[in-house]
Amino acid sequence: MSDAEQPTDDHVPGAEEEEFEPIQVFPEAEEMDLRPGADNCYKCSTCDTNCPVAEVDDEFPGPKFQGPEQWRLKRQDDHDVDDSVMKCSNCMRCDSACPSEVPLSQMHNTARGEYVEEQMEKFSREYLRNRILANYRRLAPLAAAFPRTANFVMGLSVTKWMGEKLLGITSEREFPEFVTETFREWWTKRGGAKVENPDKRIAYFHGCYSNYNTPEVAKALVRVYEHFGYEIMVPDQSCSGTPMFANGMLEDARRAAETNVRELAAALEDGADIVASCSSCSMSLRQEYPELFDFENTETVAENTWDAVEYLRVHEDLESELEGRSVEGDEFDDFAYHAPCHSRNQGLDGQTIEVLSMIDGIEAHDVGDSCSGISGTYGWKEENYETSMKIGEEMFEHMDAADAQTGLTECPTCSMQMEHGTGYEIKHTLEVLEAALVGSGSAAGGRREAG
Amino acid sequence: MAIEDDVLVIGGGLAGATAALAAADAAPDVRVRLVTYKQSTLRHASGLIDILGYAPDSPEEGPLVDPFDALSDLPEGHPYERVGSEAVREALAFFDDVAGDAYAGDHTDANALVPTHGGTVKPTARYPVSTADGLASDDRDALLVGFETLPDFEAPLAAAHLEAAGAPFSARGATIPFPGIVRDDAKVTRYAHLLDQDETVTTGAGETGAREALATTVAERLADESRVGFPAVLGDEHAAEVRADLADALGADVFEVPMGPPSLPGMRLEDLLYDALEDAGVRVTSGVPVIDYETATEADAVAADGGSGADRIDRVVVDRNGTEIPHCADQYVLATGGLVGKGVRSEREQVFEPIFDCHVPHAADRYDWFVDDVFGEQPYARFGLASDRDLRPLDAGDEPEFANLRAAGAVLGGYDFAAEKSGAGVSLATGYVAGTRAGEEADR
Repeated sequence: MSDAEQPTDDHVPGAEEEEFEPIQVFPEAEEMDLRPGADNCYKCSTCDTNCPVAEVDDEFPGPKFQGPEQWRLKRQDDHDVDDSVMKCSNCMRCDSACPSEVPLSQMHNTARGEYVEEQMEKFSREYLRNRILANYRRLAPLAAAFPRTANFVMGLSVTKWMGEKLLGITSEREFPEFVTETFREWWTKRGGAKVENPDKRIAYFHGCYSNYNTPEVAKALVRVYEHFGYEIMVPDQSCSGTPMFANGMLEDARRAAETNVRELAAALEDGADIVASCSSCSMSLRQEYPELFDFENTETVAENTWDAVEYLRVHEDLESELEGRSVEGDEFDDFAYHAPCHSRNQGLDGQTIEVLSMIDGIEAHDVGDSCSGISGTYGWKEENYETSMKIGEEMFEHMDAADAQTGLTECPTCSMQMEHGTGYEIKHTLEVLEAALVGSGSAAGGRREAG
Repeated sequence: MAIEDDVLVIGGGLAGATAALAAADAAPDVRVRLVTYKQSTLRHASGLIDILGYAPDSPEEGPLVDPFDALSDLPEGHPYERVGSEAVREALAFFDDVAGDAYAGDHTDANALVPTHGGTVKPTARYPVSTADGLASDDRDALLVGFETLPDFEAPLAAAHLEAAGAPFSARGATIPFPGIVRDDAKVTRYAHLLDQDETVTTGAGETGAREALATTVAERLADESRVGFPAVLGDEHAAEVRADLADALGADVFEVPMGPPSLPGMRLEDLLYDALEDAGVRVTSGVPVIDYETATEADAVAADGGSGADRIDRVVVDRNGTEIPHCADQYVLATGGLVGKGVRSEREQVFEPIFDCHVPHAADRYDWFVDDVFGEQPYARFGLASDRDLRPLDAGDEPEFANLRAAGAVLGGYDFAAEKSGAGVSLATGYVAGTRAGEEADR
C-alpha cells in the first residue's frame, strides 16, 4: 500500500502522535467534510433498528440512508437531498446506536439544512410553519406579555382549526400555557442571586420553556443550587437551537448559538460552570454546537456544560445529602419516569432513578427505553401527528401499566407527549429534588409564586 | 467527587452484562454499575448461545456432538482453558436461570443443529424458543417462507441448501409479499412492529390484522408440511404471542430462522439481559465512552490488597460529550469486545487496547497478522488480551497489568470464535468468572 492510499484515520486514540504526513489527494474541503465519518459506516444497520420513525413508517428510509448513503449520493452533482430528510425527528438515537463512530445526527443536520436552504420553497406553507415552530421563542415574549389573552386565544377551537388548516399545526394538541410571570421576571424581581460565592458559581442556561412555560422548574433549580451554596448567574441567552436544527433552519440556529456561546463563555471567564435543566438544551450546547459551528470558545462552552443533576452528583455528595430525606404529599410517592432520547444520548438515562432511590418513600419506575415520539416540534406537525402517537404507544402502555401517580421527565416536549397520551401530570426531576432538599413548603408552592 | 460503585463493568454486550449480573449475584450487597458506549454487537448476533461448535485444531471433522467433551483438549491460553470446564458449565447454568423460558436446549449436553438463513446448520448449545421447532435434527417436513421485500432470506435457496446438506426431512421454499409492507427496504423492526401491534393492513382480501393477513397468505402455499419457518422478524416485545397466533391460524408449528445483522433475536437477547440487570439492581450508564484511567497511589494500593506489586486502578474517566466524569470502583471488569466491538483496535504499526493500554500479543510485522488463504488460520482472529486464570490481563512479562482489573469476552485473545463457534460461550464463561470474582473481592 503506498502512502498516498493511507486510509483516513478513524479516530484511533494515540494516532495523533503519528509522524505520518498525508499526501493531499482530494482538493481542500470548502464546506463541512464528513467523508471520514461516511467511510466508517460498514452497513450493519444498527442505526436503522433504533430509529423510532422507521419502526412505524416504512416510507422513511432510516438513518443509514439519511446519513452516510445520502452523503455519498450527494457527491454526484445531479443528486438533490432527498425530501424524506424532513421526516427525521432528530431524536439522535442513531448516534449512540452506531458501533462505528459515524456522526449520523451531524450528517442529518447538515443535509436538512441544505435541503431547507436550497430546495424548500420559501413561500410555502411548510416553510412558514416550520419557521414559526422553530422560532417559538420569538412568539413567546409576545404571548408572555399578554399571557391570559394568548392562552385564551390559543385554547380556542377556532384557533386550532385555523392552525391546522392554514399552517399544518395539528389541532389534536393543547398549546402549552404561557405563565403570567416568566422565570427571568421572577429572577429580577427577587433581586437575582441570594448566595454569593466566588468558589462555587454556575451559569444557568434555563432555555425557553422553563422561562415562559414552566418557571417552577427553573425556580426549583435555583433553590436546589442555593441549598448547596452556589452562586447562580443567569446570563442573557437565546434559544439553544434544538428546534431550529430539527427544522433545518441552520442560519437561525447559528445566530442563536453565537449569542449563547458569547454570553456563556463570558460566564466561564467569571469562574462559573454552565448547567442546563432541559436535556435537549444541554445536548445542543454539548454536541451540536461543536459539530456545526466554530465560533471562538464553542468547544470550551461545550466541555463545561453540564446537566443540572449530573453536576451536583459529581461536585457535591448529592446522594448522601438525599439519604433519609422524605417528601410530603401523595403526588411525590410514585413516579412513572421516561428518559428523554437526548438524556439517553448523554449517558444520563439511569441517573434520575438512581438519585431518587435515595429519598425515602419515593418510587420512580422507569417506563422503558422507547421514544416518546414528539421530538420537539416534530409531533406538532399535522402530517407527523399520527406517526408521533404511534411511536409513543409503547411509552403510553408502559406508563398506564406503571403503579404511579405522577409522570416524570427532564424534557419539556416529552412531558407534553406524556401528558397528552396518558393524562398524567408531569414533573421535572429538579422539582422532586427541591421538595426533598428545600422542604415541603416550597414543594407545595411549586406552581405558586414563592421564593 | 467521583460517581462511586463497588464493581464497574465496562462494556454492555453479552460478556459485560453477564459479568455485571454475576457480580450482583455473587455479592448482593455490592453496588454494580455497567458503563457502555455504543450499542452492543448483540444486535449483530444471531441470538444463539454456542459453546464450541468445531474443534479449533480439526474443524474439518465437522460439528462437535458434545462441546464439553472437547474442552479439555483446548490449547493453553484459550479462554476456556483459563477458566476451566467446570466454570463453563456453571456459566451456562447461570444463563439458563436468567433466560428462563426464552431459551431451549438445556435438556442435553449435545449441540443442537439450528438452520441459518443461508440454509446451513449451526451447532449451538442453547437457542431461542422461537427457533426450537426448526431444528435440523427434527425429521418433520418444513415450508420456509421468505418475503419479496426482504432479500436477506431467499427461502427456496435456503431450502435447497438444507436438503443438499443432508437434513433428514424435505424442505420447500416459498416467497410471498409481506402484507402491509410496500417499501423495498423497510427495516426489520418495521416488520416486527406490524406483527407486534397487529396493525391493520390492506390486502386483496380487505382490511385485517397483520398477523391474520400473513397467515392467510402463507396458508395458500402450505401443502402438508407440519412446520413453517420464517425469517426472524416475527415480533419483538410480543414475539411469543405472534408465533402462537400464526401457528393457530396455519395449523402448523411456526419457527424463526436466525438472520444476519441487524437481528431481532440478538435484540431480544439484549432486552432480556437488560431487564435482568434492572431486576438485579445493576446501574446502567449508556451512550458514553470510558476514555482514560488513573492508578491509585502506592500507599492506597498497599492498603487495599497488601501490595501485590501490580498497579491498582483508582478511577476511570467517562467522557460525556467533552465533559470528563470520574467513576470510581473497587473492582473493574473490561468487556469492551474485540476488533469489531472496538475493544481491540489496530493501526499500521500496532494492535492495542485503547482504554488501559493492556498488552496485546501480536507480531511486530503487520504482514504477519494475516495469511493469504482467506479461510485459513488467520492470526488476527485471535488478537486480544492474554490473561491469568483469574482473568487479569497480563503484560508483556506475563505479570498482571493491574491488581483489580479483569477481562471478559472478545477483548480476550487466544481463540477464533468465528471458526470454532464459541463466541457466546466464551463471553458467558469469562463474564461469569470475571464478574463473580470481582463481586466477591469487592465484598471483602
